[in-house]
Amino acid sequence: MRRKWNFKMEIIGLVLALLWLAPFYLMFVNSFKTKREIFTSTIALPGLWNFENYIEAYERLDFLRTLFNSLFITVTSVLLIVLFSAMGAYALSRAKSKFSSVFFYLFVAAMLIPFQSVMIPLVTVFGRFEMLNQAGLIFMYIGFGASLSIFLYHGALNNISRSLDEAATIDGANRWQVFWHIIFPMLKPITVTVAILNIIWIWNDYLLPSLVINQPGKETIPLKMFFFFGEYTKQWHLAMAGLTLAIVPVIIFYFFAQRAIIKGVSDGAIK
Amino acid sequence: MRTKSYSYWLFLAPVLIALTLVVVVPMLLGVYYSFTSWNGIVTGNFVGFENYTNAFKDERFMDALWFTVKFSVVSVIMINVIGLSLALLVTSHVKSSKLLRTVFFMPNLIGGLILGFIWQFIFIKVFASVGQIIGMESLQGWLSTTNTGFWGLTILMSWQMAGYIMVIYIAYLEGMPKELLEASEIDGASSTQRFRFIVFPLVAPAFTVSMFLTLSNTFKLYDQNLSLTGGGPYNSTEMVAMEIFQTAFTQNVFAYAQAKAVIFFVIVALVALVQVYVNKRREVEM
Repeated sequence: MRRKWNFKMEIIGLVLALLWLAPFYLMFVNSFKTKREIFTSTIALPGLWNFENYIEAYERLDFLRTLFNSLFITVTSVLLIVLFSAMGAYALSRAKSKFSSVFFYLFVAAMLIPFQSVMIPLVTVFGRFEMLNQAGLIFMYIGFGASLSIFLYHGALNNISRSLDEAATIDGANRWQVFWHIIFPMLKPITVTVAILNIIWIWNDYLLPSLVINQPGKETIPLKMFFFFGEYTKQWHLAMAGLTLAIVPVIIFYFFAQRAIIKGVSDGAIK
Repeated sequence: MRTKSYSYWLFLAPVLIALTLVVVVPMLLGVYYSFTSWNGIVTGNFVGFENYTNAFKDERFMDALWFTVKFSVVSVIMINVIGLSLALLVTSHVKSSKLLRTVFFMPNLIGGLILGFIWQFIFIKVFASVGQIIGMESLQGWLSTTNTGFWGLTILMSWQMAGYIMVIYIAYLEGMPKELLEASEIDGASSTQRFRFIVFPLVAPAFTVSMFLTLSNTFKLYDQNLSLTGGGPYNSTEMVAMEIFQTAFTQNVFAYAQAKAVIFFVIVALVALVQVYVNKRREVEM
């Protein structure tokens, strides 16, 4: 039995989609206007598509450097979270013991702790050891990101037969070789999920970098955006250009990886 | 692998050390400090429950807590209703299904801070200019009152998170056996009956997941709160996460802020545990 094409739903859907995109449309068109134009109309297209707002926003945001900082922090943190969490989950899933279940529940329980509950001691302790910098930030991301990542890897590892490990061990492979050459490649689907969830979180995170990154020139995009917006509160045309610049890298990423992203987010939530 | 072997500890060491230094130690230290007059440098005297009793008498903190509860309840309902509606819409034989999913999900990829700034522009400038054109007085002065700030935040969160929740509902809806729906249709069930007696019970597990995610996201909200209203006017739209931040880093009363942070943790943990328990029981009954 084949259902007919649902015309009414199609129209409702498309109208809703336009409504959903409206905020981005408004941001985009107003980023090309002059201050005076925004005052007369916020909805119309700009009279002239001039890029002056972008040139100024680009300079004020120190855009290339800020973009690089965000990329550096996100890529490094996510690579380390993926590697260390897979290793940790592998140990926990292959050695069934009291230690392993205590550690596993420790990681799960840590997911319940809101960031604000550990924020103040975290910053004072790391401050005392001169670790309020990029390296400290990456280390913190590993600590906060490990819980969910281990949880996801642990679930996937339980579905991989141990006989594989045993066969490889008999063939003379050591622990690391078994993990790296046999198990880790088999974890690829869940690795994609873990990586995507952590990329979205770290790329967009504002609060932690705002507490940890104090050196000028090391700011990530959200951090720089916060200062930028504060400076230009009543200069909406510049603010909109800055916001558009900040969003472009995400839209490009979404364009190329949307299927993996939606699948990753849905798998991560359900498991 | 045995727990006695070197390799076991080597494999676990990086994550275990990071978790210990970043989460476990600060959490334990935090609980300890909340019973002292710690100021960030000197631990100070042991003061018992003083910080806690003060927190419960602190009007600003209690207001923030109440605002957070109201905001979370309204947002959770709105996000789930919209999210489920969108999921039903895109799974109902529409040709643009893929495109619609892509569009509805998009806001989730962008940080709450940036989304809050975009909506600040919409509420303040766009609402005002549209209000002028169509002559609606109620569109003026958004975010300048507690009420418009509240609805501004719920609109922003619904727009952002509905697509996320939609993706979760879709996963359950698509996993549903089609024969069940077709059989019920042949037997003459109406679309309302099909939804009530077949779709609804089968997507019940999705409610557990979605409620948990929306509740924990809205209750712990900080970025959107900071960028959209900044807690204003007069701290009346300030939520708990922001109130704790202000107590700690603007007023610099660390031990007191930490006591509030521990209260916050207890509430978040209790809500999460109760909710998972209740939902698990309901799923079995249905």
